[in-house]
Amino acid sequence: MSSATRQLIWPLAALVLLLAFNAAFHPSFFHLQVQHGRLSGSMIDVFNQGVPVLLLALGMTLVIGTGGIDLSVGAIMAVAGAVAAAALRQEAPVALAVAAALGACAAAGLWNGALVTLAGIPPIVATLILMVAGRGVAQLITHGQTMLIDSDSAFTLIGRGVVLGVPAPILIVLAAALALAALVRLTALGLFIESIGGNEQASRYAGVRVGSIRMAVYLLMGVLAAIAGLIDAADIAAADANNAGLYLELDAILAVVIGGTALTGGRFTLLGSIIGAIIIQTLSTTILSFGRNAPVELNLVIKAAVVLIVCLLQSGELRRLIARVWRGSP
Amino acid sequence: MTAALRRHGPLLGTALVLIVLYAAASLLFPGFASLYQFAHLFDDNATLGLAAVGMTFVILSGGIDLSVGAVVALASMGLALLMRDAGWSIIAAVPAVLVMGAALGAGMGTIIHVFRLPPFLVTLAGMFLARGAALLLTAEKRIEMSGHAQIESLSSVLIQNFNLPAMVFLAAVVIAWATLRSTRFGRTVHALGSDETAARLMGLPAASTRIGVYAVSALCAAAGGVVQVIGTGAGDASAALLLELDAIAAVVIGGTVLAGGRGSVLGTLLGVLILAIITLVPSYHGSLNSWWTKIAIGLLLLAFVLLQRLSQRWAGQQT
Repeated sequence: MSSATRQLIWPLAALVLLLAFNAAFHPSFFHLQVQHGRLSGSMIDVFNQGVPVLLLALGMTLVIGTGGIDLSVGAIMAVAGAVAAAALRQEAPVALAVAAALGACAAAGLWNGALVTLAGIPPIVATLILMVAGRGVAQLITHGQTMLIDSDSAFTLIGRGVVLGVPAPILIVLAAALALAALVRLTALGLFIESIGGNEQASRYAGVRVGSIRMAVYLLMGVLAAIAGLIDAADIAAADANNAGLYLELDAILAVVIGGTALTGGRFTLLGSIIGAIIIQTLSTTILSFGRNAPVELNLVIKAAVVLIVCLLQSGELRRLIARVWRGSP
Repeated sequence: MTAALRRHGPLLGTALVLIVLYAAASLLFPGFASLYQFAHLFDDNATLGLAAVGMTFVILSGGIDLSVGAVVALASMGLALLMRDAGWSIIAAVPAVLVMGAALGAGMGTIIHVFRLPPFLVTLAGMFLARGAALLLTAEKRIEMSGHAQIESLSSVLIQNFNLPAMVFLAAVVIAWATLRSTRFGRTVHALGSDETAARLMGLPAASTRIGVYAVSALCAAAGGVVQVIGTGAGDASAALLLELDAIAAVVIGGTVLAGGRGSVLGTLLGVLILAIITLVPSYHGSLNSWWTKIAIGLLLLAFVLLQRLSQRWAGQQT
C-alpha cells in the first residue's frame, strides 16, 4: 500500500462510518429518484449543496500545499456573484457577465499572491485584508442589497441546469477537479508546490520559481472561488453580498485538513480534500434530515467535535503519547 | 535614538493616524468633537475593545484566537439565562460566566500546547463549539434583559458620559498593560512569541503561559459578553459575528506584529479607537455607506502591514 492511499484511509473511514450511520437510521438517505428529469435524493443534495466548499477546498489544497492559507475566498465568492449580477443588470450577455466575474476574482487572487510573494506578508494577514475589504467591495457593487437576477436568464443554468439528469454544479466541480488533478499531477506543478511547502529556501536554490508558482496558486484559488460564487448566485438567482460564502473559507480549510493535508504545507492530496468536503456536507445533510428531532445548530457542535478529533488523530504528539502508554514506559 | 524609534515607531504611526482621523472627522462633522461623542467611541466598542485586549496577549505569544466572537455570544446568553431562569444575582452570575470563559480558553490552550496543534484550527473548533452552545442553550435566540432591575441599574451608571462597559474596557486596558509590562507572565508571553525554543531553553514556563494567554483571551471575550448584556440589554446568541476579524484588525493596526513577540496593548486601544471612528463616520456622512467602513479597514490593515514589513527590512539592513 503506497503512502498516498494510506493517507486517505482515515478520512475514507470517517465517511464510510457516517454513511453507515445514515444507512442504519435513515435508509431513505440513499434513495435516488428522477424528478422532473433530474436525479434527486439526499446523496445528490450532498453533492449539490457541497459544490461551493468542494471548489474552494480544491484550490485551498494547493494554497495550503505551498504552506500558505487563503482567508479571503468567502469574500471573493461574494464579489463574483455581485459582479455577475451587476453586469446582467446592465443587460450584458451571460458570457460577458461570467467573464467579468472570473476576471475580477482572478485579479483578487493575483492581489493576494502579490502581497504574499512580492511584499513578503504572511499569507494569513495578506488574505485577511481581502477577507475584510472584499465583502465591502461586493456590497459596494450591490449597494448593500440583495441584487436579484432574472430567473429566466440563461445565467441561472450554472446553478440550476441539468445535463442528462445530473445537476450542472456537480458536472462543473467534476470538470474542475479533473482539470486541476491533471494540471498538478501530469505536469511538475504539483511537485513544485510540495517542494515549496516542504522547504522554500531549498526549492529556491534548486531553481524552482517560488514566486511565480505562489502567484499561480493564489490566482487559481481566486478563479475557483469565482466559480463557486457564480454557482451560488445562479442557484438562488441573486447576489447576496452580505451572506454569500460567509464562513465558507473555514469550511474549505477544514475540508483540506480533514482530508489529510497538513496546514504546514508540503504533501497535499486533492482526493483527500474532496473526501473532506463531502464529509462536512454529509454531516450537515445528515443533521438536516433529522430536522424535526435535532436542531440545525447541533451541526456546529458536531463540526467542532469532528475538527478536534481529526486534528488529534493527525497530531504526532498524541501518537507518541499513546505509543508510550502502550509500551508502558514513562 | 533609532532603537527607540524602531521600538515605538509602530505605536507612533498608529497614534498619528488616530489623531489625523479624529481631527478630520471633527472638522468635517459638527458635534463630532464633543465629550459625549468621544465617550460613545468607547461605549459602543467596549465588547470589541475587550476582545481585542485579550487577542493582544494571544498574538504577542505568536498564536491566534478565532473563537472570541462566539465566546462573547455564549457569555451573553449564559449570563442572561443564569439571571432570568436560574434567578441568580448578577454578583454570582458574572463571575460564573467569566470562569466559564476562562476555562474554555484554558481548554483550547491546553490542546494547542500539549498536542502541538495549529491555534488556527483549535480555536476554529472552539468557535463552532461556543456558537453552537450559545444557540442550543435555549430555544430562544435572544433573551431580553432590559426590564431586569439589576441590569437596569448597571446600564444607567454614567460617569462623565462614560458608561459601565466603557469603564470596564478602559480598566482592562490598564490591567493588561501592567500585566504585560511588569509581570513574569507578561514577559514570558513576549519571549514565547519572539522565539519559543529560546524561551524553553531559558527555562521559561511555556506550557502555563500558552494556556494562560488563551484563558486571558476567552476571559476578556466573556467580559465582552457581559458588557454586551449591560450595554444592549439583551443576551444574543448571534451577537458578535465576525468580531474576531475586527479584533485581529485592531491589534494589527495597533502595531502588534502578527508573528508575535512585539507590540503593545496601548496600540490595541488606539487601533480600537481608529476602527470606532471609521465605523462611526458613515452615520455622520449621508452619502457614505457601511461598506466603505470595511474597505477602509482593509486599506488601513494593508498600510500597517506594509509598514511593518518595511521597518523589518530596514531593521534587517541595519544589522
